[in-house]
Amino acid sequence: MAEELIIEATGVRKAYGAVEALKGLDLRVPRGAVCGLLGRNGAGKTTTIKVLLGMVRPTAGQARVFGLVAGDAKASVAIRSRTAFVSEDKDLYSGMTVGELLRFTPDFYPTWRADLASTYLTQFELRADAAIKDLSRGMRTKLALLLACSTGAELLILDEPTSGLDPAATEQVLKLLVKQAAADGTTVLFSSHQLADVEQIADRVAIVDRGRIVVDGVLDDVRAAYRRIELVFDGAAPDAAFKSRGVVGTRREGRVLSVLSSAGDEGVVAEARALNPRSIDVHPVTLKEIFLETIGVEN
Amino acid sequence: MIIKPNPSLGVPIYLQLVGQVKHAIETGALRPGEQLPSIRPLAEELVINVNTVAKAYRELEREGVIELRHGAGAFVAETGRARPGAAEKFRGAQALVADAVGQLRKRGLHDDEIRRLFEAALAGLREAGGRGG
Repeated sequence: MAEELIIEATGVRKAYGAVEALKGLDLRVPRGAVCGLLGRNGAGKTTTIKVLLGMVRPTAGQARVFGLVAGDAKASVAIRSRTAFVSEDKDLYSGMTVGELLRFTPDFYPTWRADLASTYLTQFELRADAAIKDLSRGMRTKLALLLACSTGAELLILDEPTSGLDPAATEQVLKLLVKQAAADGTTVLFSSHQLADVEQIADRVAIVDRGRIVVDGVLDDVRAAYRRIELVFDGAAPDAAFKSRGVVGTRREGRVLSVLSSAGDEGVVAEARALNPRSIDVHPVTLKEIFLETIGVEN
Repeated sequence: MIIKPNPSLGVPIYLQLVGQVKHAIETGALRPGEQLPSIRPLAEELVINVNTVAKAYRELEREGVIELRHGAGAFVAETGRARPGAAEKFRGAQALVADAVGQLRKRGLHDDEIRRLFEAALAGLREAGGRGG
């Protein structure tokens, strides 16, 4: 079954003066997916989002959203009319009350879902007469997401939606995103530093490091493919180079040689036997380990 | 809820769901013909991705554990009956594991270490035995 790609970036580069923020970034997000975009500060997450929204133009390569070329002036208007974006700052018109903003916003969206807006308003316990400038960070975030989810957009792009939220507010936000993707088939791309959030609600994960994508795939496939193989030797661990496909990194610590593989353990285990270790252990790998290893080792 | 995956394990969530449903059937917590929660409400309740739940249900259907009736939902297959003595077998296995854990503790291993040993053994066995079973 050929999946329809909502986002397709190929070899995207973006330079700000002498600094290259994106160095040939590839990213694919199929329709209906919830994709978590992970990376350190300055890895290129926000620049990626800006390229997709047509807010910055790539220096080279191409990003397509709904099949339209992002960065092309006409196409960007079309892309943004089908996309809802919540920035990291959750900027809202702060001179208004919640109720005023909710009356004012639908005019801009022909696909506005008043039913969703009123459901989420009750769920989030947002008061219509509250001034936006007085809202807490959690309330601001919920309001921004409420507006984004009610626009009827096919694609939601969220920059750090849960940053600075307490666990209860985080869970509410995650529930909202799961529901949005489940009920309406909305495609979601969200950047995050919260690995737990990504592990919980995403079905795809993309890890960006130094302007490139180092992992991009179905999260459960990534989980199934990554294995840590630990070899214990009687003496100091040998300085072995593994040739098997998918070896991400190797670490020697005293008698222990630890190999991270992105392609199961069979190849590495077969190679390891020749080294005659005292024991071979195979461990599943958490997303946190995958994240730390891939951004630590890749160039 | 008998189904509750742990996203931070290194094990794919859909496989956790498949295992938990099978286990519920084997112990009799779910009976043949009984309805399972629909995909969307279950995803929303567990706050996990809807595609992940759908994938687990497809896998369970492929293995003949559940039946997906169009428009009506998911049901435990009649052939998915609890195996005779499954509950006893499971209790026996629990005793075996409890015994192993007890002995390991006696040898001075911490629970974290024991958990890692079990996970390593399972990951190794699964690879050695091949997938898709």
